[in-house]
Amino acid sequence: MIPAGLEWPLGGLAVAIALYVLAAGLAATLHRSRAALASVYPLALVAALIGAAANLWGVLANHHQGLVLPIGLPVIGLHISLDTLSAFFGLIINGGVAATALYGIGLDRARDLSPRIEPFFAIFAAAMNLVVLAGDAFSFLFFWELMSLTSWALVVARHDDAAARHAGHVYLVMAAMGTAALLFAFGTLAGASGTYDFAAMRSTSYGPLASAVILAATLAGAGSKAGIAPLHAWLPLAHPAAPSHVSALMSGVMTKVAIYAIIRVVFDLLGTPAWWWALPFLILGAATAVLGLLYAVLDCDLKRVLAYSTVENIGIIFVALGLALAFKSGGYTAAAAVALAAGLLHALNHSWFKSLLFLGAGAVLHATGRRSFDHLGGLIHRMPVTAALFLVGTLSISALPPFNGFVSEWLLFQAVLAGPVLPEAVLRFMSPAVGAMLALAAALAAATFVRVYGITFLGRPRSGQAAVAHETSRPQLMAMALLALLCAYGGLFGDVTVAMLQPILQRLAGAALPGTGTGPTAFSLVAFSADRSIYDAPTIAVFLLISGTLTSMLVHWLSGRKTRLAPAWDCGFPDPSPLTQYTASSLSQPIRRVYATSVFGVREEVDMPPPGDLRPARLTVWFTDYVWNWLYAAPAQWLVAVSARLNAIQFLSIRANLMMMFSALIILLLLAAVWL
Amino acid sequence: MTHAYDVSHFFAGLMLVASFALLYQDRLFSVLNIFAAQAILLAIAVGWEAYTQQRPHLFITAALALGLKGIIIPVALHRMIVKLGVHRDIDQVVGVGKTLLIGLALTSLSLLLVLKITTAAESFTREGLALALAIILLGFLMMITRQNAITQIVGFMSLENGLILAATGARGMPLVVEISVAFSVLIALFVFAVFVFRIRERFDSVDIEALDNARGDQS
Repeated sequence: MIPAGLEWPLGGLAVAIALYVLAAGLAATLHRSRAALASVYPLALVAALIGAAANLWGVLANHHQGLVLPIGLPVIGLHISLDTLSAFFGLIINGGVAATALYGIGLDRARDLSPRIEPFFAIFAAAMNLVVLAGDAFSFLFFWELMSLTSWALVVARHDDAAARHAGHVYLVMAAMGTAALLFAFGTLAGASGTYDFAAMRSTSYGPLASAVILAATLAGAGSKAGIAPLHAWLPLAHPAAPSHVSALMSGVMTKVAIYAIIRVVFDLLGTPAWWWALPFLILGAATAVLGLLYAVLDCDLKRVLAYSTVENIGIIFVALGLALAFKSGGYTAAAAVALAAGLLHALNHSWFKSLLFLGAGAVLHATGRRSFDHLGGLIHRMPVTAALFLVGTLSISALPPFNGFVSEWLLFQAVLAGPVLPEAVLRFMSPAVGAMLALAAALAAATFVRVYGITFLGRPRSGQAAVAHETSRPQLMAMALLALLCAYGGLFGDVTVAMLQPILQRLAGAALPGTGTGPTAFSLVAFSADRSIYDAPTIAVFLLISGTLTSMLVHWLSGRKTRLAPAWDCGFPDPSPLTQYTASSLSQPIRRVYATSVFGVREEVDMPPPGDLRPARLTVWFTDYVWNWLYAAPAQWLVAVSARLNAIQFLSIRANLMMMFSALIILLLLAAVWL
Repeated sequence: MTHAYDVSHFFAGLMLVASFALLYQDRLFSVLNIFAAQAILLAIAVGWEAYTQQRPHLFITAALALGLKGIIIPVALHRMIVKLGVHRDIDQVVGVGKTLLIGLALTSLSLLLVLKITTAAESFTREGLALALAIILLGFLMMITRQNAITQIVGFMSLENGLILAATGARGMPLVVEISVAFSVLIALFVFAVFVFRIRERFDSVDIEALDNARGDQS
């Protein structure tokens, strides 16, 4: 007997959430038992698979289910709502959880399990599911905060590490600020009537001032969680500090929950967009995309580079959302649908390849114990499967066909190219500029991941640990292989995914894409019309395969099979020391010199000892993070200084205390007398 | 009916005058006398409200005001002063002229404010409310300007007189609230008394500034 309102697919999600909570409860109560801790991952995997199936069904059936539970705040209750948008983001969440849980099954029981990680992992997964299911502002904020707190607990799981504690501190401050901003946004959305139900907010229309306030507060609140510049500073600290599978979840999935919040508020609740809504999205998005990669190019920590690349991808999604808003406000619904499809598709794709890359980084970290590029290298010989799967991830994130990153970026550029139709001059000028920034970001991304892959897996090992690395466990390889398959699937059959998105596009952008079957071949993705913009992925993949094979055959045929004799290891490596190879910083030097000199004030200093001197030559690179200095460190110092001043209030005499109360009362009365 | 309001405004006005008198009195005994007079005026004002509003339970409030604040508290404070031997002059922090000017400003603020924001309310209770607010603010002012613990107690009690006046002028305040307010004032008196005796014991003075020198949390 199924209770009313809990029919499939919502019932499936309820089962999934119950399983997550059960797993967390089991691990928390039996936290001394390794078996109980380890049981979290199989349970979470089952839950995630059930949840993902329910979400997929919810998306495909274009289904809307609502439910009001009599718990939570009195009178308001707890509104649960499952529409296509929440089902789609639920699919991202449960897909990511499934892969990371599968990876978790392969964790080393003796070394990696901890009561500080496993219970929070399951609750974190449940909280993210509940955020997208929330149908009123109160429960949304409650589950949002639950998600923030559990992920914070995961960030500080390694609390003996000072860097993790610092990351946790910054994250906590930013999360608190973000929730406060969201509270403000929802408070303004609820307005004077004070209805916290999303359905009521949707039917209310908002004036320009209220829209501006809501937009700014949402961008600050959800944007800081997503990692939009300049609120990104916590992300590259916190995401890498967590255990690798949690980093995958945070980077690949939690940022998408923030994107969901933005889409929910801006596209759904706030009503018809005005053209200027697009401006913050376009400007911040383009700046974030380039800035994130410039950080990534400068950094020499594998996981932190991946986190910075998350910042970049969030910027790309923001640009897509901004274009969708711009087109929608101008009435160009077809273009708005293309832009929004690009944003949603990139969110899905990024959750797959970023999870894949973080899991790969976790495997590398587990095998070598090192995260710094200066200690990695040559792992392709010792971890061949991981290396191959990681390569798929880097190809996808660098937006190379035939993998999935290309599909969403191709759609985005189609939207950018439609920019000149916009009526507002500002937007018309901005769309090519944003397109140029995106092109720069794409090139930088390719450079970044050539560097990541080349330094980590190619060349010769730079440390003893890298030299004796071993392949990771079978479930972990399976998790990565699953994600790599998804990346390939997303690249080859992007039109199937887009077809799945049509109901969302229809509702939020006002139009749908031409859809399957309109292109010249099966599985070709059509953005506007078949004569203008087609991405025929399977054909291109076949072409790539054939041309690649032919080229390599030709090269082999031309080079001949005759063995030639040459001095051993003389192909650019006359000295056998691994120190003679390219390092991560030397690989990024050209980009650093061209772009980062102005953005980060990079200075390089070469200390070359004179001939005869035996000390080593040294190259030191300094850079200044202006964003951190001006927007984080300076306000923090100011706050500390002001609180030190205000601390004196605590030590006033009785009469001075009375005097302060009295003055406050009088000032308030005066204000009332003047204004009321 | 207008008549009834005139009389109640008269008593409230007299209480305000008593508040002003409290501000500049510099001898402890005369402070106590004026406070007792204000409490008796309060009892009369509340009694008049009880009579005109046909609300017999307000007589209990009036009796409480008369008994507690008109007689018991002043007598208790009087005995306390004698026992402590502090019936000397009171030093004021701000000069008398300035204090009275501030008091005047506070009175006009409360009149302005209450008359402005309660335009929708019953016209005759508004003045009563304004006068009560003025008494409250003056009581607060007295607590600030005085350094002696006993005059601070008196300031607090006079502030509370203003509260009772405001509460009885408005219709519908239940008896239980009034009784509990009266009771809490009595408790406050006990606390204050203990406090004053302890200060006296420790510092040979009832000047509250003496307390500041003994604090351990000073940074």
